[in-house]
Amino acid sequence: MELWEYTALELGGLIQRGEVSPTQAARAVLDRREEAQEGTNAFITCLDGEAVLAQAAEVEHRLAAGEKLSPLAGVPMALKDNICTKGVPTTCASKILGDFTPPYDATAAEKLKTAGGVLLGKLNMDEFAMGSTSETSYYGPTRNPWDPGRAPGGSSGGAAAAVAAGACWYAIGSDTGGSIRQPAAYCGVTGMKPTYGSVSRYGLIAYASSLDQLGPVARSAADCAAVLDLMAGRDRRDGTSLDLPWGSLAEGLTGDLRGLRVGLPAECFGEGLDEAVRAAVLSAADVLKARGAVVEAFSFPMMNYVVPTYYIIAAAEASSNLSRFDGVKYGWRAEGYEDLTGLYELTRTQGFGAEVKRRILLGTFVLSAGYYDAYYKKALQVKALIKRAYDEAFEKYDLLLTPVAPATAPRLGESLGDPLKMYLSDIFTVPVNLAGLPGLSMPCGFDGQGLPIGAQLIGPALGDAKVLDAAYGFQLDTDHHRQHPAGKEAQAQ
Amino acid sequence: MKITEEMVDYVSQLSRLRLPQEEKVRMTGELEQILVYMDVLEGLDTDGVEPMSHVIPLKNVLRADEVVPSEDRAALLSNAPAPDEAAFLVPKTVE
Repeated sequence: MELWEYTALELGGLIQRGEVSPTQAARAVLDRREEAQEGTNAFITCLDGEAVLAQAAEVEHRLAAGEKLSPLAGVPMALKDNICTKGVPTTCASKILGDFTPPYDATAAEKLKTAGGVLLGKLNMDEFAMGSTSETSYYGPTRNPWDPGRAPGGSSGGAAAAVAAGACWYAIGSDTGGSIRQPAAYCGVTGMKPTYGSVSRYGLIAYASSLDQLGPVARSAADCAAVLDLMAGRDRRDGTSLDLPWGSLAEGLTGDLRGLRVGLPAECFGEGLDEAVRAAVLSAADVLKARGAVVEAFSFPMMNYVVPTYYIIAAAEASSNLSRFDGVKYGWRAEGYEDLTGLYELTRTQGFGAEVKRRILLGTFVLSAGYYDAYYKKALQVKALIKRAYDEAFEKYDLLLTPVAPATAPRLGESLGDPLKMYLSDIFTVPVNLAGLPGLSMPCGFDGQGLPIGAQLIGPALGDAKVLDAAYGFQLDTDHHRQHPAGKEAQAQ
Repeated sequence: MKITEEMVDYVSQLSRLRLPQEEKVRMTGELEQILVYMDVLEGLDTDGVEPMSHVIPLKNVLRADEVVPSEDRAALLSNAPAPDEAAFLVPKTVE
């Protein structure tokens, strides 16, 4: 078995036991990163080999000096390019931040560094995390390692593609409406959006602040738990971060699902769902049943309203958050302006891509006088009803199981011409953000073309441990998460 | 919801965007398509429902008033397209 085929925790274990050194792990991944980058364009910035090896050497010194660090010390990883990294360019995949090098680390980046993380680079994404395919990146689209003619999903497409291609052992993405879970599904890896407030958003460049949350993309649920253990917790620099009660998530995994009540929202298995996706997610339900879970369908009629509610709220917050990009304080500035207003207008018009401008305009519209009540206020009311519907569901069930997306990865270019169609494909992931809940995407099979399918587990707020444990149990009995694109090629030959 | 080019002009001005004509025409059609779809919310009765801005109930708390260093000024200015040693430079705004 090659080193890159291990999970992050397995590699971390080899490093703890002294069987593999952090430098060996870093050397092993550097070549794979180059190859994966050529095939997928998963990275916007690759740290050069010397910088990576220097970090590995430092972790080695700290371990040799007897520092405890973490179970993932010395394991190479990468961060989505909307997470600020001191001294390493952070572009948000936008032209407007092309020249931005943060003078500070995001809290999550700082915590991973302290825990012995080795940073390989910054990952491609949809511009400002706005998109479902990673094609809106100013730095070119990312390709799906399972099929280079297809999108990896988005917006954390680089994160999912890099993990799937074996170019890093884990990655950190952000998820505002499915941006971790959907690309994880399209790329056959495991990704989790924890409960809102679990991970500090300090240093995460904001898209929609009431929905944004950082989380792991990795090869297994156990890896996701281990990464969350390193990042989660209260931070004085993010007033919405929570003081969490759950202790060590990774150590708490048992896979014991006896008596677990799992609800299947009927509306998530209706018309418009790809047959292969339906079959794979229902077979995942059977695996949970075989482990002792009680699975039952129920009606969740709010599904009709989740996409418009999400896009109104997300666009409104985006229009406000992105007002800070004005060509004055950081980033790129246009030329040829006549006055200050012209400076703002030309910089923003030329610096933002089409999807970002669409959402800024939409958000400004729903917040403008005369339309605020009909759209924005209405959406906040519907959000309250969606939250209430989940509260009622979690009185009957411990977890919900749904597809992650209605179909498998789309062909490159297919989604760009029809924004509404792209928005509609987010239907299964966006309500989880609206209600602030933990959601996890895990590989549960392949369609007829060999493309990965994801199943989503949703828990009540702060039920992250339960979500992870169900996924862990599922992965004890299945090997979908152990498949990789290179294995598929080997099989075909 | 019918969206006109005049409405897009107005919202663009509020957003500090200056769309070229071709982009404006395309945006007008796309925004209308999206907003027509969003009108599905009209069919849901929300009378008496309190708008929810934050899902996790949070209360304001006061922190201890401790002096901590701010970010380094030179480091922050280094990202600006047109800084001098102490400020961000912009075109003259007051005659």
